Amino acid sequence: MPAVIVAMAVVFGSLNPNFWSATNLSNVSRQMSILALLSLGQTFAILSGGIDLSVGSLLALVSVVCAQQMKDFGVIPGIAAGVIAGGLAGLINGVIVARARVPAFIVTLGMLVAARGAALTLSGGLPIAGLPREFLVLGAGYLGPIPIPTVIAIVAFLLAHVVLSRTRFGRYVYAMGSNEEAAVLSGINVANYKMLVYITSGVFAGIAGVILTARVISGQPTLGEVQELYAIAAVVIGGGRISGGVGGVGTTLMGVLVLGILGNGLNLVQVSSYIQNIVIGAIIVGAVYIDLARERRR
Amino acid sequence: MSAVPPFLDLHGIVKRFPGVLALNGVRLEVRAGEVHALLGENGAGKSTLIKVAAGVYHPDEGEIRIDGRPAVIRNPHDAQALGISTIFQEFTLAPDMTVAENVFLGREPLRIRALSIVDRRELVRRTRDVLASLDPQIDPEATVRHLGVAQQQMVEIAKALSLDARLIIMDEPTATLTSHEIERLFNAIARLKQRGVALLYVSHRLDEVKAICDRATILRDGAFVATVQVSSTSIDDMIRLMVGRDLKDKFPKVAVEPREEVLRVEQLTRKGVLHGVSFSVRRGEILGVAGLVGSKRTETARAIFGADPIDSGRIFLNGKEVKVRTPGEAIANGIALVPEDRKRHGIFACLSVRENIVLSALRQFSRKGLLDLRHEQRRAQECVSSLRVATPHLEKQVLDLSGGNQQKVVIAKWLNTNAEVFLFDEPTRGIDVGGKIEVYKLMGELLSRGAAIVMISSELPEILGLSDRILVMRDGRICGEFDRAAATEEKILNCALRGAA
Repeated sequence: MPAVIVAMAVVFGSLNPNFWSATNLSNVSRQMSILALLSLGQTFAILSGGIDLSVGSLLALVSVVCAQQMKDFGVIPGIAAGVIAGGLAGLINGVIVARARVPAFIVTLGMLVAARGAALTLSGGLPIAGLPREFLVLGAGYLGPIPIPTVIAIVAFLLAHVVLSRTRFGRYVYAMGSNEEAAVLSGINVANYKMLVYITSGVFAGIAGVILTARVISGQPTLGEVQELYAIAAVVIGGGRISGGVGGVGTTLMGVLVLGILGNGLNLVQVSSYIQNIVIGAIIVGAVYIDLARERRR
Repeated sequence: MSAVPPFLDLHGIVKRFPGVLALNGVRLEVRAGEVHALLGENGAGKSTLIKVAAGVYHPDEGEIRIDGRPAVIRNPHDAQALGISTIFQEFTLAPDMTVAENVFLGREPLRIRALSIVDRRELVRRTRDVLASLDPQIDPEATVRHLGVAQQQMVEIAKALSLDARLIIMDEPTATLTSHEIERLFNAIARLKQRGVALLYVSHRLDEVKAICDRATILRDGAFVATVQVSSTSIDDMIRLMVGRDLKDKFPKVAVEPREEVLRVEQLTRKGVLHGVSFSVRRGEILGVAGLVGSKRTETARAIFGADPIDSGRIFLNGKEVKVRTPGEAIANGIALVPEDRKRHGIFACLSVRENIVLSALRQFSRKGLLDLRHEQRRAQECVSSLRVATPHLEKQVLDLSGGNQQKVVIAKWLNTNAEVFLFDEPTRGIDVGGKIEVYKLMGELLSRGAAIVMISSELPEILGLSDRILVMRDGRICGEFDRAAATEEKILNCALRGAA
């Protein structure tokens, strides 16, 4: 997969030298940061043997909550409210998946629809403008040469990596995804850790939603449509197994890079966005096919 | 030797997989009307050989002859057309269709050919004809999902017969059957034999091979060892051919003097499942639990382990009553469960050997919330060495290990939780002869460390060979208890079948 990414970069770079410009690279990374955060949450959900379809809609709900609270109470309370909204939605997903044992696909599908509805209800269907200037730094600012959303995404990647590879929670995520029944019989409190998985995914969606709000300079109830599907695609393109237990932060990063560079590169070489969708669709299926073919040959 | 060529003749079969020579010049000859056993330890190449005959794999070298004429089997369809049907352990029936629809799937008798309208009455009639010689009790219009395993197997056989199979390959057909069902299967096999159908019978259960097979071909490490007449070969001889060495003691029983009681269970009850199960087990003792499939032995173990809820009953450990409501609480109290279905309940197939071994004791490896991977490695290495787990390295996926080594990994997991009571549920199911002995030795080592073992097993020789005391269960009740010295297969079976000692 790294070879594919290098090849893509070389091809796009030779077709359009602007690809390698500092401005473009910084833009790509800024654009990718939202997908990156959603995909990290999705990584937890999929690794554990579940899925989180709600993250796209949660972007919208978080955005609306964040903007409204920010206008009433200020920047920090707004940001906090946004992240908490994401976490609470995740908690609701988690409780229903883990305690009521409704399949994650169904629960988060319901949340996908309901969160969108909640975002539209809270906002009356209209964008919420007039956010404080200081807040916009979160979307447009830089830390040295690196865009702030990129910095946040990098920190999130490192953190998620440590959690997945070096904590009990992380190990149990893999164990549940590999064999849930065996996890129960190994004394793991599967229900609790499942809830934690969906809360994690919700919190990542919360952070992504706040950053996105800063980037579009308003609370938007229509943000994030089909983003959940790109997040799932990013997880599996890199080699994460859709049924859980295999994958991790590294493979998800690969998937995010493939989707991000592809979108940017196709833009630069002026492929229409309609055709881009066709290409991306084919890549999603192709990448997973190659992965499976490799596994079957063993 | 008869002048008639054998139905199936495989010669010099070689099959390579990346890095593995799975079959190295194997020979197999199955005659019409014979039941031919295919024997070998796990990894000997039995499955690969069956898959070559079934058209799933192509041999890299070698010759296949059917009725003496060279044949090419490119895919399972070719195999069927040549009269070879295979019944794998995992059935290939469509669970939500009827028996009749399954038997004639893709070959339904049609009423109006042009419109592909199925003649249902004819379908049912033909299915009933085929089933008549196998199990007339099966309703052709029943949904397959609602049939038991044994009946589903009969439907698979019926399907093979309806395809005019001349050779039926059965992979471990009795693994999940009760002894009564096995008897029925054997009757069906006898009738197939009379009709001139050949059977290739793959099994680890040598007493069954002895009972129904005419000849046996033995493989070892992908190579042909011998084809023998079953009637003139003892079970010990067959084992010797399979493992290539003498197994002086099939059940290495460590003599440990049983000491004080560790676990006592009183009146364990779960409505409709367990009815007042009481027993105790001492340090250094193996308590064997015999019974038919469905006698609720697994349920008893799961209840003690907190995996299933109980309605009433008490559990005592070292004389103190404990509450066990979850597996976590059982583990904290020093109870371990080595489950029956290793793949479903025991191992984490895509996790590494190390991750499997430390999983139930991760707290020990946490420092300030972070796992100490080096500590994990050290401990896993100790377990791998002391249990003699055959693995190239600690990061190998458990999936890639043999059944016996997977079982050792499951046992290793419990060595880290300070378990004192081990509940073994069918500890050697699906494990080859050499692996079984290794597992038995480990059980002996656990005993000498002061552990107590409850061993559920459906293999009576195992129960008799290893247990200090034997309980017999039937319908969720304990219906008999025997001392090692007094127990015989007949007594135990009698008790398990009739419910009286």
